[in-house]
Amino acid sequence: MRPTKVTGYYGRPVLKAPVWKSAIPLYFFTGGVAGASSTLAFAAGLRGNRRLARSAMLASVAGVAASGPLLVIDLGKPSRFLNMLRVAKPTSPMSVGSWVLTAFAPASMAAAASDVTGRLPRLGRVAAGAGAVLGPVVATYTAVLVANTAIPAWHDAHRELPFLFVGSAAASAAGIAMIATPVADAGPARRLAMMGAALELGAFRAMESRLDEAVAGPYMHGRAGRLAKAAEACSATGAVLAVTAGRRRRRAAVTAGALLCAGSLLTRFSVFRAGIESAADPAATIDPQRRRVDGRGTVGA
Amino acid sequence: MRHPAGPATPMTRMGFFTDTSICIGCKACEVACKEWNDVPDDGFDFLATSYDNTGGLSADTWRHVAFVEQPVSVPALGENGIRWLMSSDVCKHCTHAACLEVCPTGALFRTEFDTVVVQQDICNGCGYCVPACPFGVIDERESDGRVWKCTLCYDRLKSDLEPACAKACPTKSIQFGPLDELRARAAGRLGALREAGVADARLYGADETDGVGGFGAFFLLLDKPEVYGLPPDPVVTTRDLPRMWRAAAGAALALVGAVAAACARQR
Ligand code: SF4
Repeated sequence: MRPTKVTGYYGRPVLKAPVWKSAIPLYFFTGGVAGASSTLAFAAGLRGNRRLARSAMLASVAGVAASGPLLVIDLGKPSRFLNMLRVAKPTSPMSVGSWVLTAFAPASMAAAASDVTGRLPRLGRVAAGAGAVLGPVVATYTAVLVANTAIPAWHDAHRELPFLFVGSAAASAAGIAMIATPVADAGPARRLAMMGAALELGAFRAMESRLDEAVAGPYMHGRAGRLAKAAEACSATGAVLAVTAGRRRRRAAVTAGALLCAGSLLTRFSVFRAGIESAADPAATIDPQRRRVDGRGTVGA
Repeated sequence: MRHPAGPATPMTRMGFFTDTSICIGCKACEVACKEWNDVPDDGFDFLATSYDNTGGLSADTWRHVAFVEQPVSVPALGENGIRWLMSSDVCKHCTHAACLEVCPTGALFRTEFDTVVVQQDICNGCGYCVPACPFGVIDERESDGRVWKCTLCYDRLKSDLEPACAKACPTKSIQFGPLDELRARAAGRLGALREAGVADARLYGADETDGVGGFGAFFLLLDKPEVYGLPPDPVVTTRDLPRMWRAAAGAALALVGAVAAACARQR
C-alpha cells in the first residue's frame, strides 16, 4: 500500500498571518524617522549646524507623536496598553521596544523643547545625547520584532532586515531634514540620504538573493513585490536628486526629500505585506523545513 | 529540562499523547472542548475538504480533527482506493513556546503543570504571539481583540480532572497524563505498529532535542507531518534571537557611522 504524495493539508496555510493592520508598517516608518532624526540632530548640533539640528529635532518629536497613537490603535484592547510595561522581557523585542520608547520619547521631546525655548540648556543637551544613543535602537528593533516570528519571509531575513530598516530610517530622516532646512545648511542631510538609500537598496538586494527560493517569492512578485519596486524607484531617484539639483535648488531638495520618504514608507509596507503573503503560503513553511529534515537523514519527522 | 520561565515549584509535567492511528474522526473532542470551555462558534463554512469543515485550529477552535483522504493502490487486490488519515490537532504546549517568549505583557505564562496558558485579564491584544507560533495555533478573536487557544483545561486540571477532549475521546486516541509516562507508552505503541508493518508510523514532538524542545502535546502520525498540515521541523523563533540582536547592533552602529560621516563637514 503506497499512498500518493500530497503536500500540505488541502493547501491551507501552516501559520497564522499577523493580525496587525497598516498602523504597524506606518509606525515602522514614523519610529524610523524619530530614531534616525535624533541621532542626526545630535551630530549636527555637535558640529554647530544649528539649523539642521533644529529641524531634525522637530522631525524626531513629530515621529514620536505619531508613533504613540499608531501603536495604541493597533492593540486588540487599546485600554490595556499600559500592560506593555507590566514586565520587561528580553525574549520579546516588543517588550524591549516598549521600554526603549518609554525612555526615548521624553528625551526627544525634552531636547526639542529646550532647543526651541532656550530653557534648561544643560538638561536639553543630556536629553539630546540620550536621544542620539537610543535613536538607533528605536530605528532597528522593529526589524528584530518582525524577524522574531515564524514567518519565513521575515524570520529567514533576520540578517538583512535590520540594515534594511536602518537604511530606510536614515533615508527618511534625511529626506525630512532636507525639506525642513535651507539648502545651504542641509549638506549633511543630503550625504546621509545618499548613504541611507544605498543601504536600503543594498540590504534589499542582499536579502532577495540569500533567501531560499520558496521564501523570497513575495519580495519579488505580487503586491509586496510591486511595492518593493516602487520603493526602489523612489529611494534611488530621491537620493540622486538630493546630491545633484538638491544641492542648489530648494524645490529640487524638497522633491528629493519627499521621494526619499515615499521610498522608505513603501519599503516598510512591502516588507509587511511580504510577511502576510509568506504566512499564507504553506510551501514557504514546509519546503525549507522538509529539506532540512531530509538533509539530516534522521527518521522521526 | 526546566524552562527558565517555569513555575517556582517544579511539578510533574502533564500533557497529551494523541495517537492518530486509532482516531476514528468522530470529533467528540472538538465538541467537548467547545462545550467545556464555552468557545464561540467559528462560522459554518462548507470547505469541501473531506469531512473537515473546521479547517484548522483558531481562536475559536482548540481541537481540530483533520481528515486526509489519500489515494492508494492495493496491488494484492489489484484495486485502487483511498485510505483515511484522521488526526486531532491541538496546541503543542511547547517546551520552548514562542508565543510565551514573545508576549510583551506576560499574559502568556507557564502553569504549575508545565502547560502554556493565556491570562485573559492581562492580554492587551498586541498580536505578537500569532505569527510567532510555528504551528499557527494561537489567534486573535476578532470580536474581543484578545488571543485564545487551548489551555489544556487548566481549570479541570486544578480540580484533578482530565481535559474535556481526552475525557470524551471514545477510542483513547487522545491520552492525558504525566508526559514521561505518555512518552514511554508512545514508544511502545510505535514499536508495535512498526512490527505490524506500518513503516510510516512516527512520533511527532516526542523528541526533546527538536526545535521547540519537544511538545507537551505530542502525536503518533501515520505519514509525514506536513500531510496533516503540521510543520516538519518547527523551530522556536527565539532560538535565533541572539543572532538577530547582533545583526541589529551592527545596523545601529552603521547608522551612527553614517550620521557621523554625513556630519563630518559642518554644511
Ligand atoms: S503550539 Fe504555538 S500556541 Fe501552542 S505553546 Fe507552542 S508556540 Fe504557543
